[in-house]
Amino acid sequence: MEENIRPPWLVRARPWFIALPALLVLIGILYPFLTAVYYSMTAYALNRPGSVDTFVGLRNYVRMFTNEDFLYSSYITFAYALLATGIELTLGLIVAMLLNRDSRLAKILTPTLIFPMIIPPVIGTLIWKMMMQPSVGILNPMLNAVGLPSLQWAAAPETALFSVLLVDIWMFTPFVALILLAGLRSFPSAPFEAARVDGASFWFTFRNLTLPMLSPFIIIVVVFRLMDSLKMFDIIFAMTEGGPGNTLMTYQLTAYRTSIQFQRLAQGLPYAILLYIIIYITSMYLIKAWGRAQRRAAGY
Amino acid sequence: MRSKVSNNRLAAILSDGFLGLYFIFALFPLLWMVLVSLKSGEELFTTQFVFTPTLENYQAILFGDPRAAAGVVARQEFPRFFMNSLIVSSGAVILSLFVGVPAAYALARYRFRGKEDLAFTFLSFRFAPELVVIIPLSVLYRQLGLYDTYWGIIWVYQLVTLPLLIWVLRSYFEDISPDIEQAAMIDGYPWWRIFWSILLPLVRPGLAAAALLAFVFAWNNFIFALVLGGSNVQTVTVSALGYISSAQAFFNRMAAASVLASIPQIVLALSIQRYLIRGLSFGAVKG
Repeated sequence: MEENIRPPWLVRARPWFIALPALLVLIGILYPFLTAVYYSMTAYALNRPGSVDTFVGLRNYVRMFTNEDFLYSSYITFAYALLATGIELTLGLIVAMLLNRDSRLAKILTPTLIFPMIIPPVIGTLIWKMMMQPSVGILNPMLNAVGLPSLQWAAAPETALFSVLLVDIWMFTPFVALILLAGLRSFPSAPFEAARVDGASFWFTFRNLTLPMLSPFIIIVVVFRLMDSLKMFDIIFAMTEGGPGNTLMTYQLTAYRTSIQFQRLAQGLPYAILLYIIIYITSMYLIKAWGRAQRRAAGY
Repeated sequence: MRSKVSNNRLAAILSDGFLGLYFIFALFPLLWMVLVSLKSGEELFTTQFVFTPTLENYQAILFGDPRAAAGVVARQEFPRFFMNSLIVSSGAVILSLFVGVPAAYALARYRFRGKEDLAFTFLSFRFAPELVVIIPLSVLYRQLGLYDTYWGIIWVYQLVTLPLLIWVLRSYFEDISPDIEQAAMIDGYPWWRIFWSILLPLVRPGLAAAALLAFVFAWNNFIFALVLGGSNVQTVTVSALGYISSAQAFFNRMAAASVLASIPQIVLALSIQRYLIRGLSFGAVKG
């Protein structure tokens, strides 16, 4: 009844009114974002007063793309993200399938799965850093005990990427396993029963039933893990601050070092903005793919 | 037939074996953190499992270091950092609840132009590289006097807590059949009464779980307080770095601080286990 008395534009605008407080927060966050785009086209450096007024166009972007370290920085950003996501996906899928069995061990261990991913990433990293440390660390004595030589871990350029990846895999494989386990448990049992009765092999069932039905869950996991590892800051910063040298200087770390540590605010921003564009496009594409996979898995 | 049975047994043993190895990898660092936090300064360097446990590290970070007077870095500020984390994380969640619950409702129940774009924009905060926002804010906050204040950190934490609450709650609101609301509307209830007395009680468990998970992520955050906070609002995650980046490394103190900063997270996560998967996947997976 009440709906008919009100002017129609008021009814149409109602969702916007309800969302108004959140829209205000949205503006409060979009404003600094637009400022970032503007700053990136100036000569702004915190230690040079007045430099914010010097408009330089795309000079900072040109400087980024022609910087001799740019290629390496791109390589390390993508190597980290792709390796972390790929290994976590594989290991997480194995763990999820092993947990999805009628096993007492699996039942006991499942609740502890969340521990590594729920503690602060910085603290998880510091624990690993402590274990890798030459004088108080436990990892080198463990390696020596099985006859392997000691490693310098994150302190040596050769093993630095491996060391931070190890922490990332330790921290986030549980997330992958947990989401995929929820997926496995949501499956109807009938198709799997039918495959078993027909004597289908494990691989046949896995390829033709498990994987296709799991695909929406896999995409969700990839969205989260790929985006988070592309912009990973906490693990790398707590481990080496991007070192040794520039071994682990991803886009995020380069932006932080240039804009915040060296106070050359405008010069670091292109790295962060480039990363934002990459992440925005990739996540939009993946979320669309998720919608398709979900409809396909539902049988439409 | 017999060989098939023993094959299955073998597969089960191998599966449990691999699972056991994985969980040693997953849980050993946490066990080691607890062990080191109980070691005295001398026993720190023996890397042994058998030692005389002591609570002196906890005592030192909670009530002050007896050696602080002798020029060793004093680390009795831990309780203050802990309180700072508590204030900014709960503040951020409360603000997100006030603005996010109505937004989630609007996104779940109304059809309007630009709806999916709006929802995706909120989600994109979660995936955006934090520095795009933090670098300009580091200037803006100094101009506005928000640098190193609770309000400043609570505001920027909305990037962490708001997308999570909006997306998880939206999925809970969508689960409720519109018939319930229609029936109430026919009975003449205004929309806000329907929202407040019918819908909100129905989503309350999910709401509480989402709020707690948002709290966990705010607590775990590092980069915002690192750049936009100073000594006034220093959080436990930022302060944890101080134990080993100074001239001397206090690994046992750091381990004790790590244990104290992690226990709330683990307790909270275990208490919302049933809702965890939907929360972690922003409503995409209904575990």
